[in-house]
Amino acid sequence: MKAAGTIAVAALLIAADIAASPLSATEIPQGERRSGYSFMSPDTKAMQNDDTANPGMLWVRDGEVQWNTRSGAAGKACADCHNDARASMTGVAARYPAFDRELGRPVNLEQRINLCRARHQQATALPYESRELLALTAFVAQQSRGVGIEAGTDPQLEPFIARGRELFMQRQGQLNLGCTNCHDDNWDKRLAGSAITQAQPTGYPLYRLEWQSLGSLQRRLRSCITGIRAQPYDYGAPELVELELYLMSRAQGMPIETPAVRP
Amino acid sequence: MVSALINVPAKAKRGEIIEIKTLMSHVMETGYRHTADGEVVPRNIITGFACRYNGVEIFRADLFPAIAANPFITFSAVATESGKFDFEWIGDNGFAETASASISVE
Repeated sequence: MKAAGTIAVAALLIAADIAASPLSATEIPQGERRSGYSFMSPDTKAMQNDDTANPGMLWVRDGEVQWNTRSGAAGKACADCHNDARASMTGVAARYPAFDRELGRPVNLEQRINLCRARHQQATALPYESRELLALTAFVAQQSRGVGIEAGTDPQLEPFIARGRELFMQRQGQLNLGCTNCHDDNWDKRLAGSAITQAQPTGYPLYRLEWQSLGSLQRRLRSCITGIRAQPYDYGAPELVELELYLMSRAQGMPIETPAVRP
Repeated sequence: MVSALINVPAKAKRGEIIEIKTLMSHVMETGYRHTADGEVVPRNIITGFACRYNGVEIFRADLFPAIAANPFITFSAVATESGKFDFEWIGDNGFAETASASISVE
């Protein structure tokens, strides 16, 4: 009886261990984290390294023009409040998504720009993935190039990070895959000839050769969700922001590369 | 809108081979794609690129629908004298852009 009891207890412990471990055991150790950059071919790396060969810089330059252009009923430019972005915007993108007190939830950089437009410029929101919004976001984010990611350190964000993590682990879609099945468990392998990366969001908005354009992290997430044959969330959906937030908190300390180039 | 990124070395030795890099902002719509309604998206591409070095043409290229958006064209030249490189892109729908860069040759 005693032996059987011990076995039962051991079995319970093992069961509890398995139930608890799939989430923690599969996560990428700090020292093994790698930017998507390290998976790329030398040619694509060279494109990102040279600002005159990196097409993302076209958007950054456009963003700089917009930064200094007056917009909306208030007749203010970003520069009228924030002055020179090279000083005021350094490190900002590394902290997003960040908690917005008025809304009581996290907002990403694109949403912050549109909130700023609504609250301070009295201007209309720029549509997601529009050239204007991507340009302004890329210009702001580029000021944080080389700065370590800090997003998710605010204690108010904890429940949102937890929800983002849950979504990352959740199997879904017709292929019944969770983000974690590729990006935690199989990032050292290849899928149809392409490298499976670790999903470290270090370079957004980034220029994807496949898109022939700059695109946001939400665009990337939506294509991944379509890839597992699930219904993607709409741009700006709280679920996508939570997922972004989890990914950024997972990449804490890794340097921002915006505008990155990816295949 | 900022349309071109140009990289020409500011200084070079006489006779040195220099690398010139140009990147032009353009959608390069092939004319072979359709909208969700089945309508053809009209072709809109850059058709030609040329570079002149102090007025003399040193490089020319014809572009076609299979070339990706934001064409990146790089080539080399021999630095013979100080002066200016003039770049010109022309394309569909009257597209015409120019850019220039200076070099000092010692």
